[in-house]
Amino acid sequence: MAELGAQAHGTHHPGSAGARDPLQHHFTSLEQQREASSLGMWVFIAQEVLFFGGLFATYTVYRSSYPDAFSAGSHHLSWRVGFFNTLVLIGSSLTMALGVYSAAIGKKGRVVGFILATILLGSLFLGVKYVEYGEKIRPCFGDGLHTGCLVPGARFDASAVHLEGPAAGHVQIFFSLYFAMTGLHALHMIIGVPILLWIARAAWQGRYSPEYHTPVELVGLYWHFVDIVWIFLFPLLYLIGSH
Amino acid sequence: MSSHHVVSWKVYIGVFLALCVLTVITVWVTGHDFGPFNLVVALGVAITKATLVVLYFMHARYSPKLTGIVIASSIAFFTILLFLLLTDYLSRPWPLVSEGLL
Repeated sequence: MAELGAQAHGTHHPGSAGARDPLQHHFTSLEQQREASSLGMWVFIAQEVLFFGGLFATYTVYRSSYPDAFSAGSHHLSWRVGFFNTLVLIGSSLTMALGVYSAAIGKKGRVVGFILATILLGSLFLGVKYVEYGEKIRPCFGDGLHTGCLVPGARFDASAVHLEGPAAGHVQIFFSLYFAMTGLHALHMIIGVPILLWIARAAWQGRYSPEYHTPVELVGLYWHFVDIVWIFLFPLLYLIGSH
Repeated sequence: MSSHHVVSWKVYIGVFLALCVLTVITVWVTGHDFGPFNLVVALGVAITKATLVVLYFMHARYSPKLTGIVIASSIAFFTILLFLLLTDYLSRPWPLVSEGLL
């Protein structure tokens, strides 16, 4: 991640004449530098696959153990909201890809515009998620009945998902995984937005060129990875069984 | 600049539209009961969408072979995690409740 916004300080490099040279002195060419940075980002993403992988593996074990409870829990999530957010996130991946494309062809203004569009769509996704979380969390506060509370624990309202007996307990496992998986995903987006802002600012300052725009490419890789996680979360959480 | 391939913006629009169509398909399938095939289609569509994002949005198709090795190894290690975990869980009396052990 340190590579993301790394600005070279190769002022001692021949021919730079005090201007910022994107080529750092320990690389022989911009191409070699770009491939090294890109590889680093891919290794980070490979690690992220296994980071999320633990949750996906847990999900697999519990869903295969309690399919009915998972189906009941899933029916309580709005597939329409999930569908809308999926399109929003795919759209943000498109604007991100177009931002990287604009950097590669040297259109500074468009880079900033597309990155800001990506931030806007990402924020819309998070806003929808905030509303979704609120509906499940708000009833859990206060005294008395906690009708509709879907946070696993003592106040969980199993009647809201029309379940009794052991299945009423098992559906809490579904909601635990729902909050853990979508929460970790949302956290990645919350981290992504300020990084995007930082890159947009650097692009605005004219730091990138068709020869050197690695930070834009790397934040793009990160953003697309987060999109991929959601591509799996949407059907696995919102679309279990037939609706 | 050999591997620094600039893809036309039309490719990105095409991939975006394909992703939208696949999302509609995965939602449409949920409206019908195909038994276990619902899960097969859901995962098949998700894997197809992820592949499109990796190949085109993330430029894996135009990247050095080493990138492909990193991607393949991340999938391989996740498969190992899932496989070994399931051999354990599926070969034991689990879940305990349905076996009457709890």
